[in-house]
Amino acid sequence: MRAAGITSRAHPLWLAYILHRLSGLGLALFLPFHFWILSLALTNPARLNGFLAFTDIGAVKLAEFGLVFLLAVHMFGGLRLMAMEWLPWTPPQKTLAAGATALSFLIATLFLMQAV
Amino acid sequence: MKAHMLKVTIERGPDSRDVFDVPAHESQTVLDVVSWVQQNADPTLSYRFACRVGMCGSCAMMVNGVPRWTCRTHMSKVLKDNAVTIGPLRNLPVVKDLVVDMDPFFDKWVGAEGVHHGSLTRDDPIAAIDETSETRVEANAGIECINCSVCYAACDTVAGNADYLGPAALQRAWTLLNDAKDEGRVAILDAVSGSGGCHNCHSMGSCTTYCPNDLDPMTAIAGLKRETAKSFFRRGR
Ligand code: HEM
Ligand code: SF4
Ligand code: SF4
Ligand code: FES
Repeated sequence: MRAAGITSRAHPLWLAYILHRLSGLGLALFLPFHFWILSLALTNPARLNGFLAFTDIGAVKLAEFGLVFLLAVHMFGGLRLMAMEWLPWTPPQKTLAAGATALSFLIATLFLMQAV
Repeated sequence: MKAHMLKVTIERGPDSRDVFDVPAHESQTVLDVVSWVQQNADPTLSYRFACRVGMCGSCAMMVNGVPRWTCRTHMSKVLKDNAVTIGPLRNLPVVKDLVVDMDPFFDKWVGAEGVHHGSLTRDDPIAAIDETSETRVEANAGIECINCSVCYAACDTVAGNADYLGPAALQRAWTLLNDAKDEGRVAILDAVSGSGGCHNCHSMGSCTTYCPNDLDPMTAIAGLKRETAKSFFRRGR
């Protein structure tokens, strides 16, 4: 479909799918680098300290937040998939579960906002 | 009263599209519009339909980028700024204009063992079916498929993997697996667990979102994933 684009992708399950794939790819790209940095603790502690000093910079902090966020998104996405595929939910049950999850996220976010 | 006109763009090839002005009517369907163009503006336009009432599954097309059964899609639902773009169904080879070759779709139907595996003959008594049994309810949920290929066109996994059997064929495999009169369990599980099988599905749910009959191939495929996995751990039983 060239002309109108593939607008049939604009629905929540597809968005959940693409979020999961992009977060998975992001993790796959980042983790080798992450483990390499950790390995410096054994092979080259001075250099590791150099990197750790880096983490005080605001932008780097933001990037770290992004990575933790990626992992969280991917983990919840993966758990969501496994629950959806391995448990024989009926459609109304799926809707209820999605609603309950959304509500608990909303409440959790409210508490978080109050904490910071 | 002056006739109200619609701007209808029809995709007729990779780089060719024609724009037609089509008079609007009340309760007009997308198929009505395509038929009007063929009958009044361009007799060379090719398209396919048969029943016009949502039974035969032959009229599906992309409407503003969304696969739909055109005979039961009202223009009022799809018009944007008085205009609409209509193209051939996605994920299938185009024969001409709005006509696609459905062969790959039906070949995969057979490839998923979507055929009856009987064991009785005409001389045997007809086996009684309990309509309330769990497996019958599961099978009934998917049997009203009209083979329209809307789900097949909506699926990105089909787009990315030419061997993927696709939502409709896999859903039929699931209904047969749950059908007390079908004896094909081993053949079906074998067919749907191969490289083009159910485990390709990413549960993105476009099939279920767009099936015009409100069927749920995504959930049927999840059923196949569970059954094939169970059978794997039971070593093929
Ligand atoms: C932390 C390192 C991880 C990496 C690098 C990673 C990477 C990936 C990638 C690239 C995909 C392919 C996405 C796709 O096919 O659409 C994927 C899929 C998947 N991941 Fe992860 N993942 C990680 C952790 C996890 C965790 C913690 C879970 C579960 C709790 C998980 C569960 C899944 C599942 C169920 C799929 C299948 C998705 C699908 O069929 O679309 N992953 N992962
Ligand atoms: S749920 Fe599976 S079969 Fe349905 S559109 Fe997504 S990938 Fe395709
Ligand atoms: S499952 Fe629905 S969308 Fe797919 S072929 Fe059957 S009727 Fe059409
Ligand atoms: S013409 Fe038969 S389903 Fe549309």
